[in-house]
Amino acid sequence: MTFSNSVELLSFHGVAYTIYAALIISVVAWFGYNLTRENAKSVVRIPFYGYIAFLVAGGVGHHIFTYNTIPWVSQDITRDNIKPDATYNIEIKDHKWINLPKKITVQCGQTIKFDVHSHDLVYGFGLFRKDGSMVMQMQVNPGTDATGILKSNDILWTFNHNGVFDLTSTEYSGPAQYSEDGKDLMFVPDVVEVVGCKGERS
Amino acid sequence: MIKTLMNGTNFDHESLNALQKVTLRAVVMSFLFFGLVAIEGMIMKMVQTGPSNPLPKMFSHPEHYFSIMTVHPIVGIFGSTYQLVFAAFMFLVPFLTKKPLYSIKLANAVWLLITIGTALAWIAAFVWQYAPLYTLYWPLPADTTQFSVIGGIVFIIGVALIMLGTLGFIYNIYATIFQRVGVHKDKTTKELLISGFGIDGMLNLIHKLQGKPPYTKEPALALPVVAIFRGTVDTFLDAIVILSAGVLVLVYLLFDASGHALDVTAIDSLLYKNYFWWGLDLVADGLVLIYVAGSWYLLATLITGQKLFMENVARAALMLELLVSWMVWSHHLLADQDQPEMMKLISGEMVTAFELLTQGLALFITLTTLWKARPLKMTMELKYLLGGLVGFGLAVPAAIIQADMGMNRVLHNTQWIIMAHVHIALIVGLYMTLYSALYVLWPIVTNNTKMYSSKLSNLHFWLYLIGGIGMGAFGGMAGLHGMLRRHLYVNGEFNTLMVLAAICGTMVLVAWGIFLFNIVMSVGIKGLIGIFLPAKDPSASYGIEPEVIAENHKA
Repeated sequence: MTFSNSVELLSFHGVAYTIYAALIISVVAWFGYNLTRENAKSVVRIPFYGYIAFLVAGGVGHHIFTYNTIPWVSQDITRDNIKPDATYNIEIKDHKWINLPKKITVQCGQTIKFDVHSHDLVYGFGLFRKDGSMVMQMQVNPGTDATGILKSNDILWTFNHNGVFDLTSTEYSGPAQYSEDGKDLMFVPDVVEVVGCKGERS
Repeated sequence: MIKTLMNGTNFDHESLNALQKVTLRAVVMSFLFFGLVAIEGMIMKMVQTGPSNPLPKMFSHPEHYFSIMTVHPIVGIFGSTYQLVFAAFMFLVPFLTKKPLYSIKLANAVWLLITIGTALAWIAAFVWQYAPLYTLYWPLPADTTQFSVIGGIVFIIGVALIMLGTLGFIYNIYATIFQRVGVHKDKTTKELLISGFGIDGMLNLIHKLQGKPPYTKEPALALPVVAIFRGTVDTFLDAIVILSAGVLVLVYLLFDASGHALDVTAIDSLLYKNYFWWGLDLVADGLVLIYVAGSWYLLATLITGQKLFMENVARAALMLELLVSWMVWSHHLLADQDQPEMMKLISGEMVTAFELLTQGLALFITLTTLWKARPLKMTMELKYLLGGLVGFGLAVPAAIIQADMGMNRVLHNTQWIIMAHVHIALIVGLYMTLYSALYVLWPIVTNNTKMYSSKLSNLHFWLYLIGGIGMGAFGGMAGLHGMLRRHLYVNGEFNTLMVLAAICGTMVLVAWGIFLFNIVMSVGIKGLIGIFLPAKDPSASYGIEPEVIAENHKA
């Protein structure tokens, strides 16, 4: 089992959490009802150490599960050793993108490195689908190294599905990101286009 | 009705002693701030529903919108929650240790400082639209091209006053615990420290495993006092971090005002993030979880009148929780690419996952204590306690899910964490626990004042529970669909979910109105004013035994 993008991952996650939420609400409601009954019997006896083991397994198992099913986790950890198919160096200053190509065209399955540098504030770098759902994001911290070169905030991303994606800052950097009527001035439509995935419409 | 509105049911403020009055003063301020925070939340939700919302256009202006977003957590967490928790604990510690509160004057200073501080922070945002958000990500709070220097200074002074009030609370709590009077007359500081940190519980467990007699049969401090003692360590560390960050911002703003602006790049923004989140996370993952666990244990024992199930384990777990809370801050930095991977893995993922264990343990111990005492009467306090358990049962796993490098990449800074985790943890988990405590303590703090209407209490419970969970759930779903948490949406991009969240938010707001009406009708306007008048009885303690309360809850 592998999730090829955030849509698959978050759909799975949404269903799993909804089932869990319904379960925990039902259990406590059932528990509350039986607390008031004279002859309520335990339906199941939960062994204490079994319960603890379940919690530990849940906490640790969650990370093991995601590490093995979400491809961008290991790619992120080992990104310094991976050669990307293309690299884009982008800067941000005064809530404006600098050196941002008008359009980045990506072939299906290519791995792209986005290296983003901030001159002043903490920003975010996030790609979004046309329906508003998030493809991926990272924080963009400002600062320079000892030689005065702007700090790097880099992410590797492999695009497995066709689509046209918009860009905006995912971190609040003050009201200057918006016009007076609330328009996001850092929003750039159609900045990435992924093509060539067989059996999918562009 | 008018007569009841003026005089209440049978409330007599003149019969209250100094401890009762100072407790009620903070409670009143806390619920007024709760109303303010609920209105702020509703304004933001209405803006997010899109251009057809009925609010004046000024609320959609970025300066105004983010000013509200900046003060919303300040008013909610400090003005309301801190006040209520501090008031409850400054009453409970003397009540449970059967000793007087160290200083009533200091307790009065605490609620006054927090109230004035919260008001100043709110004024800074309202008048000068100072809006760096509560995260204060460096160098945004010192960015005078976007924000007014005066607004920033007023805001920081407000936050500093809140933290000074917090330090006053901490001093009062520890001074009360370490007072060698009453049952602690013959105790040494070492004995009280060992008990306060839960070491006696751990030693009892070790002795049991070794087949030795228990280290102590009667620990020096009751378990809820241990939780207060332990949680207050995090409260102290958090206050120091926020105060020092405030001083840093203040220095930059003052230099800017003097015409000699300092270089903001002198402060590393990632290092600052680590420092600030370490401190701020002591609220979310430290004192809240520890205080809540202690409150559950207290409520379970008071409601059932029985000893807590697995008390030694609970004492030891509180110690574990304290250590865990110091090492989890990196889960806020999983999207920061220059944060070391090992810190993300160990602090951000693995240690954070331990919160599932510590909170799950508290849930288990509380439920088992209740179960062993059945049948119980379904009183308001029991209902609220169960609501609180549901709240944390929903909110903690929601956070654990996101505290993962894979999930965080597509959920960071979305509505998922702020709604499905934070709002459900606070509105449902924490506040329902606090409402339970309020219903338990109400007869004690008000000298058996009759609640005006149990129907209104029930209406408040259901509206609040359904509204709180619903708002968190619909907001969380919007997060799954990509809606950001610190972003301005004015075109109704997530209209359907935001309309549903707004409806649920309205239920919470209406529930608050019903609760307030019920309280005002119980104590009356005269009584409400009387709470703020000096007490005739200067006593700083309250003598009713906890066992007496338990009698009222047995079926």
